[in-house]
Amino acid sequence: MKFAGGFSIGQFIPGESFVHSLDPRCKIAAAFVLLGGLFASSSPPDFIPWILCLAACSRASRIRFSSVLRSGRPVLFLIVFTVALNLFWTPGREIFRLGFLRVTQEGLAAALSMGLRLYLLVMFAAMLMMTTSPMSFSDGLERLMSPLRRLRFPVSEMAMMMTIALRFIPTLFEETDRILKAQISRGADFESGGILKRTRAFIPVLVPLFVLVFARAENLATAMESRCYVPGAPRTRLNPLEWSRRDTAALVCSAVFVIFSLLWNRHAAAAISSFVTWPV
Amino acid sequence: MSLTAEKITYSYNEGTAAERPALRGVSVFVGRGGWVSVVGHTGSGKSTLAQHLNLLLTPKSGKIEIDGKTAVPGSSGARELRRKVGLVFQYPETQFFAETVREEIGFAPSNWGLKKDELEDCVRAAAAAAGLTPEVLESNPFRLSGGQRRRVAIASVIAMKPDYLVLDEPTAGLDAAGVRDLTRMLNEIRAGGLAVVQVTHDLKSALEHSDMMLVLEKGREIYAGTPEETASYLAEHPVKGLVLPPLVRFAGRMRQSGFDIPIISGIPAMLGALSEGARRI
Amino acid sequence: MGKDPIISIRGAVYSYKGAPSPALCGADLEVLPGEWVALLGANGSGKSTLAKICNALLEPTQGDCFSLSMDCRDPACVPLIRQGAALVFQNPDDQIVASIVEEDVAFGPENLGLTSGEIRRRVDRALELTGLSEHRRRGSHSLSGGQKQRLALAGALALEPKVLILDEATSMLDPEGRAALLECLRELNASGMTLIQITHIMEDIARAGRIAVMQSGRIVWDGLPADFWRGEYLRFGFDEPGELALYRELISRKMIPEGTRPIAEDMAEALCL
Repeated sequence: MKFAGGFSIGQFIPGESFVHSLDPRCKIAAAFVLLGGLFASSSPPDFIPWILCLAACSRASRIRFSSVLRSGRPVLFLIVFTVALNLFWTPGREIFRLGFLRVTQEGLAAALSMGLRLYLLVMFAAMLMMTTSPMSFSDGLERLMSPLRRLRFPVSEMAMMMTIALRFIPTLFEETDRILKAQISRGADFESGGILKRTRAFIPVLVPLFVLVFARAENLATAMESRCYVPGAPRTRLNPLEWSRRDTAALVCSAVFVIFSLLWNRHAAAAISSFVTWPV
Repeated sequence: MSLTAEKITYSYNEGTAAERPALRGVSVFVGRGGWVSVVGHTGSGKSTLAQHLNLLLTPKSGKIEIDGKTAVPGSSGARELRRKVGLVFQYPETQFFAETVREEIGFAPSNWGLKKDELEDCVRAAAAAAGLTPEVLESNPFRLSGGQRRRVAIASVIAMKPDYLVLDEPTAGLDAAGVRDLTRMLNEIRAGGLAVVQVTHDLKSALEHSDMMLVLEKGREIYAGTPEETASYLAEHPVKGLVLPPLVRFAGRMRQSGFDIPIISGIPAMLGALSEGARRI
Repeated sequence: MGKDPIISIRGAVYSYKGAPSPALCGADLEVLPGEWVALLGANGSGKSTLAKICNALLEPTQGDCFSLSMDCRDPACVPLIRQGAALVFQNPDDQIVASIVEEDVAFGPENLGLTSGEIRRRVDRALELTGLSEHRRRGSHSLSGGQKQRLALAGALALEPKVLILDEATSMLDPEGRAALLECLRELNASGMTLIQITHIMEDIARAGRIAVMQSGRIVWDGLPADFWRGEYLRFGFDEPGELALYRELISRKMIPEGTRPIAEDMAEALCL
């Protein structure tokens, strides 16, 4: 019985693959390009190239496809909910009835594409997080957002905050798990009663967690100061970001892929749709 | 009447790529009023075992018996049975949430539906058993000293009136005086009829207080015996991460050089054996 | 002698905001280059405050503090002092900033604005000194307690300090993790690093070359270990560990030579010779 934990959409998996070695700026930009293309896809056959693309990315990052697929688990509930909503509440030609729920041909198509779109979205985001160390991710984001500095936006402080937040996610889940178990062993009951009672039952978990986080934050701030950190001061990097030709190539490839998928949606996918005779 | 774990096997993240076996067929037995110490290095599975005894984890195979009843974690009877086995987590003071010590100690019994007047008696009794004076009940648990906080945490578990008390690294983070006070307190609690299962890597307190010891390594049971037997075993077969207390190490070394010193003994006995040995040479 | 002290604190006073009594009230401490000083004292005796003053994290309200001949009050010296007299804290989880081992070690040098080549060199060296080279690409979260504390030490070493101040850095470790850390400290000290170790653990104290005791914000005793073991230990109300009681018996019966340390193995060896 693990109460908390396992919640993270793609935790960094250290590695030396092609995708790992790309500049984080490239990966973040490519992710946005791909996500944009994904939103332009709407019918189920549109997603065929996307699934292949995800498989190719997983291959190029030497992360098993099954672990990539599994990383969507934390949001599975959300996806199932959306799929169900689309499946039962889309008006159109009815296929069959389950009591008061009616499934339509349009509903089936909408549910399938909505589910695929959401799942793929999460998968691509997970690929980004699994192949980019939190430090280089926030480095990349800092550099991409550096124009905001002119607007006096504290870009480097934000990036440092993000690095630390990502670093502490596993620690915090462990602590939460431990506190939950400790309160359960003292008889705390999180499973019965109405919503108010259940919410109140979490006070004995949240208070210790806050106390812990604040103590941690204070100690960490002291430790960082003693390691010569000065907020906002210029810092250098162990691995400075270097944009190489392969980054340009990877970014161009993503853009080309998106264009290809748009063409596919217009021609090939339409052709497939016309071949598939939907059960009536 | 006893608390028994029989051939417990357990893996974390079972069925996933991150599967990690934690226990491979471990058994432990403690009768009413007994004191068993489970010792092992970090990752030996000792904390996992402690959580099984409190029915927080469901074993892959093996079973937990509490006073002759097989306990099935997650079943309706589990919550009642869990009450018989109090579990004190490592650094238990980090679970405090209440504004007063009274409220903190009263948390567990009130979860089991004790009425207000009974509750007060229960809290007072638990506080007294943990060596806390009645004035402490009004204070803020977050403002107490380290040793006192640990006592409050233990009181908050014994307030459920368990028959068995399982403690995960109860002496961690305490200084020498704190450890001495705590073990004295545990001995008093035990004299009151409560059985103690102590999970620790602190061999000193385990050797000094337990009736039986269980040595775990990488989830396997590698030795079980009395403190004397365990000390002699460990002196000859060192286990990673378990360091014998200095006096036992000293005795072990002298025994290897042919001195007839008992493995666990007081300093006068040791000096006696040493001067006799010196004469023999 | 003629060596100048590397740390020199004279009459340091410090009070935390809202605290009823000052944490330091006239503490004096001089440490020479290459020394290994164990700093003992009960909770609240001012040890950690003293450590933070040496690292220029706190500024004494009265008195003087010179770390590496620099005045802790001079803002221009503060970054140099933090580099030169690095601090390692008790809980490694509170000091590790980055998710990957080598990225965390690099945090300090990155703050100093060094070139990547120099950062890389320092990270490599710090990882080697702490025996973590093979774990450099691992997640800092997946390390064991002892490895995490060595990572925290590596993070401090990457600043290339002359003095290393350890604030209860071994107290959360199991005996094995502690032994590995102590071995690391011994090598550092042998290569000239000055160590100030705040501790209450016998094994740590026994390895220091000099012992200082703090009580209510002052250094009340400062001297050699042999003198300390002979009787001073008990004077300050510390619990006497078994091995020390045995040590004093053996010394008084002249069964072991004076210079022996009160460590089980050392005493057994001395007896068997």
